[in-house]
Amino acid sequence: MNLTSEDVADILRIVDGMEADRLRLSTARFDLLLVRDEDGAWSQSTRVTTEPVIVDAPAEPAAADVSARQDTAAPPREGLAEVRAPLPGAFYRAPKPGAAPFVEVGSQVTETAVVGIVETMKLMNSVPAGVAGTVTQFCLSDGEFAEQGTVLMYVDTGEGATS
Amino acid sequence: MIIRRVLIANRGEIALRVLRTCRRLGIEAVLASSDADLHSVPALLADRVVRLGPAAPSASYLNVDAVIAAARAAGADAIHPGYGFLSENQRLARACAEAGIVFIGPTEAQLAAVGDKLEARRHAVAAGLPVVPGGPLQDAADAPRLATEIGFPLLVKAVGGGGGRGMKQVHDPAALTATIDLAMAEAAAAFGDPRVYLERFVASGRHVEVQLLGDGQNVVHLGTRDCSVQRRYQKLVEEAPAPLLDPALREEMHRAAVALGKHLEYRGLGTVEFLVDIERGTFYFLEMNARIQVEHPVTEAITGLDLVAEQIAVAEGRPLSFGQTDVSFTGHAFECRLNAEDWTRDFQPSPGTVTEAVFPLGEGIRIDTHLQAGVQVPPYYDSLLAKLIVHGRDRQEALARMRTALARCTIGGVSTTVPMHQAVMDDIEFAEGGVDTAWCTRFLQQHTPVTTGGAGHG
Repeated sequence: MNLTSEDVADILRIVDGMEADRLRLSTARFDLLLVRDEDGAWSQSTRVTTEPVIVDAPAEPAAADVSARQDTAAPPREGLAEVRAPLPGAFYRAPKPGAAPFVEVGSQVTETAVVGIVETMKLMNSVPAGVAGTVTQFCLSDGEFAEQGTVLMYVDTGEGATS
Repeated sequence: MIIRRVLIANRGEIALRVLRTCRRLGIEAVLASSDADLHSVPALLADRVVRLGPAAPSASYLNVDAVIAAARAAGADAIHPGYGFLSENQRLARACAEAGIVFIGPTEAQLAAVGDKLEARRHAVAAGLPVVPGGPLQDAADAPRLATEIGFPLLVKAVGGGGGRGMKQVHDPAALTATIDLAMAEAAAAFGDPRVYLERFVASGRHVEVQLLGDGQNVVHLGTRDCSVQRRYQKLVEEAPAPLLDPALREEMHRAAVALGKHLEYRGLGTVEFLVDIERGTFYFLEMNARIQVEHPVTEAITGLDLVAEQIAVAEGRPLSFGQTDVSFTGHAFECRLNAEDWTRDFQPSPGTVTEAVFPLGEGIRIDTHLQAGVQVPPYYDSLLAKLIVHGRDRQEALARMRTALARCTIGGVSTTVPMHQAVMDDIEFAEGGVDTAWCTRFLQQHTPVTTGGAGHG
């Protein structure tokens, strides 16, 4: 049994006649808060508090999970700039499947050069290099998931090596 | 057959929407869930949850084998695919048939008939529907002749495209051949299908669709919806019925949609999309969607029907329980899609943790949402958080209700498009009704903060 909008409407009819402007209804299964504003209009926030009953589908062997890659540990040496994911999402190295990658190791990039895409909520967000230099290393492979701020690649700005 | 246990092979608000009707009908609801959604509100409320696979859609909600395995594990006798994901997938329909599971949707043959744009167009013509002047391009050498017949400007469209992808405008006849070459190369890369067709570009058009329901023999229409408010071919606001349509034109659209449904001997819910050419006062068939649609609640509001219940009934093999004359329309309804996007930053997606979810209650207000405080909005899926639906005696009343309802929505933790919808509802042109598909772009340009500084001309 869960709360339908009809249930809430019924509850509303009851409380409409009361003087209280707040009603909290907590059961083992849900937590409902009704609040009346100065115009007499009610708002609700509902929270379902049950636990899911999860069963595994046995036939499908769990494919290797593309678990989100957190910050990669490779210690950046001086002069290496990190290019990070602007949003959480899947990292792609090419504009579309089968196309040539934006950049390879060794590519020279400018600050505004697009070096990859992060797909978030079905939208493609281009990732600019942010610095000028040479791409030295990729930290994620194509299609891998990145949390926001995950290092995607390193760019050698040429500033650390000789000084 | 009687369906006793349904596997819901979807997520978010539509999973919850289907679940509620199952409850009402006394049908057990098992949710097929990716690892990212195991603690979503639909998962908490489902009778049981079967793991589909990892978060990535290709490994879970788009994986036919995983969905069939989940249905078997759950002992489900039917699968409801919702919208998007596998909802119009012929392979899932076939796999269901082979496994003896009811696919809650049309037949595999009907999915094939409307899934391919050229095939759909052929069926529409066969059923006597007007189509946008144009045609398939067998041979690039044929293009100039076909283009002259159609007239400029025209569109080059990929057969495998959709949702605005794989479309190019041609204004200059001199650019035709080069554009077609490019479109074919891109279509081959993007959709694995290089076929393209040419179509007249209708400059001022409205997107009006007709809801159909069929049992395989009888087909009824459930009126029109106007979905002209779109950004990059994504619908933002829908309403029913379509406002300010000539009654004769509306009737003709109803008849045309039913004619196509009858021609296909359609079973299930389907939507026939039309482009209304405002200048010419006529309409053209665009495509048919063989699934329940995001915007179905506005039709439910004005007809009083539960479309998911009707969908389940015809999937059980039952005939329609009512005829066309039993369908009546009351009042006017709007739906605002509340997305996790920041409209002030070019609609940048905003995944994260919801800290607060307060929604209005009251007469004529319906909220379809899977949000509650504490839930995650994962980055793997689309950005729809909630649908706010209002119903009023007329468009005016519905519009007023939507304005106050939007003002009483509080969603914390993620950015939402609530402020954009407030601006839409306050817009004079929108309030008058009947805006075309170009309106939204103009509206957004007016409301985009000027970042370049200096308001010079040119």
